[in-house]
Amino acid sequence: MGNILIFAEHSDGKVTKPTQIAITAAKQAAAVFGGECEAVVVGKGLDAAAADLAEYGLKVHVVDGDAFEHYLADATAAAVAHVAKSSGAEVVLATSTAVGKDLLPRVAALLDAGMATDVTDFEEGGAMQRPIFAGNVIATVEIAGSPKIVSVRATAFDPAAKGGSGSTEAVSFTPEGTKTKFVSFSETKSDRPVLTDASIVVSGGRALKSGENFKTVLEPLVDALGAAMGASRAAVDAGYVPNDLQVGQTGKVVAPNLYVAVGISGAIQHLAGMKDSKVIVAINKDEEAPIFQVADYGLVADLFKAVPEMTEEVKKVRAG
Amino acid sequence: MKILVTVKRVPDYNAIIKVKGDGSGIVTENLKYVVNPFDEIAVEEALRIKATVSGAEVVLVSVGSKSAAEQLRTGLAMGADRAVLVTSDDELDSLGVAKVLHKVATDEGAGRVLMGKLAIEDDANQTGQMLAALLDWPQATFASKVESLESDEEKKGVPGIAISGESAQVVREVDGGLETIETALPAVITVDLRLNVPRYASLPGIMKARKKELKELAAGDLGIDLAPKVKVTKLSPPPERQAGRKVESVEELVKALHDEAKAI
Repeated sequence: MGNILIFAEHSDGKVTKPTQIAITAAKQAAAVFGGECEAVVVGKGLDAAAADLAEYGLKVHVVDGDAFEHYLADATAAAVAHVAKSSGAEVVLATSTAVGKDLLPRVAALLDAGMATDVTDFEEGGAMQRPIFAGNVIATVEIAGSPKIVSVRATAFDPAAKGGSGSTEAVSFTPEGTKTKFVSFSETKSDRPVLTDASIVVSGGRALKSGENFKTVLEPLVDALGAAMGASRAAVDAGYVPNDLQVGQTGKVVAPNLYVAVGISGAIQHLAGMKDSKVIVAINKDEEAPIFQVADYGLVADLFKAVPEMTEEVKKVRAG
Repeated sequence: MKILVTVKRVPDYNAIIKVKGDGSGIVTENLKYVVNPFDEIAVEEALRIKATVSGAEVVLVSVGSKSAAEQLRTGLAMGADRAVLVTSDDELDSLGVAKVLHKVATDEGAGRVLMGKLAIEDDANQTGQMLAALLDWPQATFASKVESLESDEEKKGVPGIAISGESAQVVREVDGGLETIETALPAVITVDLRLNVPRYASLPGIMKARKKELKELAAGDLGIDLAPKVKVTKLSPPPERQAGRKVESVEELVKALHDEAKAI
């Protein structure tokens, strides 16, 4: 019986949260498909990351080399496919991050394997559930043959804690003639919580009318709540805020404790990114806005009046 | 130089999708179909690149039912040169579609493939990466650009993908920011939402599109094993959220969030 091979992402010598999530999902997959959970980590200078990963009780295949200094799909996919074959993996699994989404389908084609994207649940017998049509339909899918390639949705699994005894094993692999080259990374800098990690998210829509208003009207509320800031596609398209703040089917999928939608009408593709939030608040001038259909608390009001008021009220409550 | 661009027929993104009672599919009566919005962006980008390269040709390809001819005509009306429709009566999975595209790209001698990063029905986000692997080409997924969609560059119709000689610089939307990579060509490039604003087909464009070549092939005649590895066995509606309530004031809202929902 084959194993469950987790593709692990790392940063500063540590396993990232999406990888901890993948570990939890892999354990559920192992309960269904059998086998042990193992991991593959690819990069340059991996000693610390590999050791950290092993502390989750995993056997870690370490592909370390100059070719992997920056993540690039062609080199990394070749390495992961190599390890999947040499370790006899039954399932290759990663979280649907930007890297996971870019990488896994390439691995699947290299292995002539079927793939399920954004899996949220593993059923007895090997069926998997995944959202389609922007979350308006849940599909039950089965993958025939081996290996099976699976990406999992981050909001559907809790991050794993360390435990158990693991080990690391160096894998010697050099990709043939890489045809892509990393040029630069322009990071969106913020002192606020990461959007996909935050327990409170406050998102603004096109109704904020400008990037300046995001700063002067919305950000004080975001900070009073200690929240992460998000935005609708319309606000991002208009250039009010950077791309990676977009919440929605094609942006970030979030499921915080509290989601506050300000001046967002609630297009299907936005709802797809936030409707699993525990408590949803909508503030909108238009009482017919679809966002109110998913909101636990709806306030029909002019945001330019309501948001500063809410900021003050929140400060009062927080002050106790 | 041929640019191959995928055009998938999908239900309109504003349509309310309902699952059939027996879970065997979605209700398709009165459903309006459109070009997958991401593919529309790919067509637009290909047309912009064509405008900067002499002798370039934009070839559209769709894999699906005969009705997808309608979406290919839309792409031709936007300005693409000709189209290939590969019909299949059987449901194909992403890898199957990638194998068909591999055959078409090879037979056409395509030098670049542009496609949407995903189709808004199955939300799989797989086919472009799979095609790149099958062709043994590099891939640049989630192509975007630094300038906003309301910038002057965008209004001038400047391509967001910068091609020089046999390589391209692609700005990619990744977690936490924008990454720029350089890829050798040929390559498969999949596009994200903020690469461009697609043009509308003009009336003369629509008239011309009727006379453009639309070649039809049957997937079954291509000599490829297309038996799907991924099978959808059931569809169901998502769990519904319980309806909430309207509050009258900010004060009531914050009080409810604190006392009732215990969210702040």
